[in-house]
Amino acid sequence: MTEIITAICLLIGSTLMLVAAVGLLRFPDLFTRMHAATKVGTVGIIFMVLSVAVYFGDIGVTVRAFLVIAFFFLTAPIAAQIIGRSAYMIGVPFWEKTVCDEFAAEGRRASKPASPAEQGTEDA
Amino acid sequence: MKPLMINICLAFVWAAMMGKMDFGNLFVGFVLGYIILLFQQEMVGESSYYKKVNQFLAFTVYFLKEMIVASVRVAHDTITWKTYARPGIIALPLDARSDFEITLLSVTISLTPGTLSLEVSEDRSTLYIHAMFVDDPDDLRREIKQGLERKLLELIR
Repeated sequence: MTEIITAICLLIGSTLMLVAAVGLLRFPDLFTRMHAATKVGTVGIIFMVLSVAVYFGDIGVTVRAFLVIAFFFLTAPIAAQIIGRSAYMIGVPFWEKTVCDEFAAEGRRASKPASPAEQGTEDA
Repeated sequence: MKPLMINICLAFVWAAMMGKMDFGNLFVGFVLGYIILLFQQEMVGESSYYKKVNQFLAFTVYFLKEMIVASVRVAHDTITWKTYARPGIIALPLDARSDFEITLLSVTISLTPGTLSLEVSEDRSTLYIHAMFVDDPDDLRREIKQGLERKLLELIR
């Protein structure tokens, strides 16, 4: 029973991480890439750590596993928010199918990226 | 939060009786302790603990469900050839007031795949969110306000 749960968790975790990696390559602009890389990847890591906790099953490993998950929950969104916010501020271009930008009303976006070399996307 | 302390103690007592301090025993002990406390409410005294536990469970289940649904959606968009994403930035008017509430809300929003909080406006009344699937900005706004924000505020207020 333990082994089956471990195997399922590992499978889900590694599949999600693979999907995150593919998404990182496939999505059109920096912001959508962030969605794939940070969030789906985090869920993948959580499943991996859970499988470790289930497999070993003793209190030391379980407590550490939950600490790992807690720290991921604390740090991943903050890193994502700071990257996304700075990218927006320096004017990294959106994908052309972007629907709306209600942040524009605040007028804090640079009109042009700092330098073409620092753009997060290629025009592909 | 006296009942919470008693509940944790009961969990450890149960695990000690079972002779092995592993996660399963502590968990079973906690659940059994909670059931005991539920029947002993007038002895321990009035507390919002029971309501909070229910709200916490409801929020956890809701959050996990959201996270899984959204992960599947983003994953689906990744592996299929066609791209369904309609990204956009929406402004979410905030009911959350204190720093703590706003931080917690923006972190939970960021953790759900498909939404990423970017910035809080200077006057702290609006949260700007980049979302991957904006079919209708008002729809999405209502969904976040009545789902995640309302449930979170109920829990921590």
